[in-house]
Amino acid sequence: MNIYQGQLVRLGIEDPQMFAEAFSRWGRDTEYVRLLDDSPASPWSVNQRKQWIEKDLENPTQGILFSIRSLAEDKLIGFVSFWAISWSHGEAWVGIGIGERDYWGKGYGSEAMQLVLRYAFSELNLHRVSLGVFSYNPRALRSYEKCGFRQEGVIQHAFVREGQRWDLIIMGILRREWQDLYSEQNLLPL
Amino acid sequence: MNIHDQLFQGTKICLTPIDHEKDPEVAARWTQDAEYQRMLNSDLVRPLSPFQVKKQFETLEKEAEESNNQFYYAVRTLEAPDRPERLVGFAHLYWIEWVHGAGMIQLGIGDAADRCQGYASEILRLMLRYAFMELNLFRLGALIPEYNLPALRLFQKAGFVEEVRRREALNRYGKRWDHLQLGLLGDDWKASQATD
Repeated sequence: MNIYQGQLVRLGIEDPQMFAEAFSRWGRDTEYVRLLDDSPASPWSVNQRKQWIEKDLENPTQGILFSIRSLAEDKLIGFVSFWAISWSHGEAWVGIGIGERDYWGKGYGSEAMQLVLRYAFSELNLHRVSLGVFSYNPRALRSYEKCGFRQEGVIQHAFVREGQRWDLIIMGILRREWQDLYSEQNLLPL
Repeated sequence: MNIHDQLFQGTKICLTPIDHEKDPEVAARWTQDAEYQRMLNSDLVRPLSPFQVKKQFETLEKEAEESNNQFYYAVRTLEAPDRPERLVGFAHLYWIEWVHGAGMIQLGIGDAADRCQGYASEILRLMLRYAFMELNLFRLGALIPEYNLPALRLFQKAGFVEEVRRREALNRYGKRWDHLQLGLLGDDWKASQATD
């Protein structure tokens, strides 16, 4: 079996140029950008993204970046990455984005998240994985809950968009919770 | 509080810039105390030489200059006729997001003999006023390991409330501990100042 491969998607890696071109294109979709990050939407040039990705790939002990490719078309549809990995405590943060809108709401992101969780717990041997999700992104919240994440708190009024304050919801999944989930649901048998 | 009140001056301590010549020696000595470092955060605990601390200070100031998202203060006791001012700790505002008016705060008193003197509560008082009345932040957060009870008491007394409990995020003393994030809104802080 290949731990990078699911039913709908596989986790891959791209050359910085390939990633940068996709990131730059996705960055023109402000709905995507605002669901992804709390930095203000801004133009992402291919060059700028490329430098950013090259820097990220230089330091694989702190972060690990994957591309998400659809199995049917082998199309680059998004990314998922671990960041702020703490090896001494066994914790990593995860971020995911499906840049290709045609692939929203069809289970591609959820499966990619399940694949990286399997990687986190069965290969990196982490103890827990954390993430943040915006209060105006219920689709992501449902997806993360489906993957086994639990809400661990709410950062009140964490950021402003469209003249309104929104909360940042923090979620986490522990290794044993992931184990229970996959053994019960036969979600991702190893 | 008014425009003439000093922002960086307390009754016991003051917030000052880093002294790159003298401070590294003292701050390096603090890193010889693993307990102190464990209380602060999840960073890898290890002793640092004065040379390494000096480099850290330089990096910190360079980053502060480049990204304009943090402020670091060396905390010193006040000068008196019989004793010069003395470095006792630090205060750090970091991860400031100006667009959202949000930031994080951390502080530390390096030498165990300087704790329980009321320094930390004075630092926090000055830093909150600075964050909300000078930087005009909307909210502050603080990351605190669940075993750091003095810090939890200090921040809760200042009005911070628990917002996030990252379960079992820390592996220390041979077991798992939660990593807490506390938060304080500027409006709540201002309301508490008005009633005090």
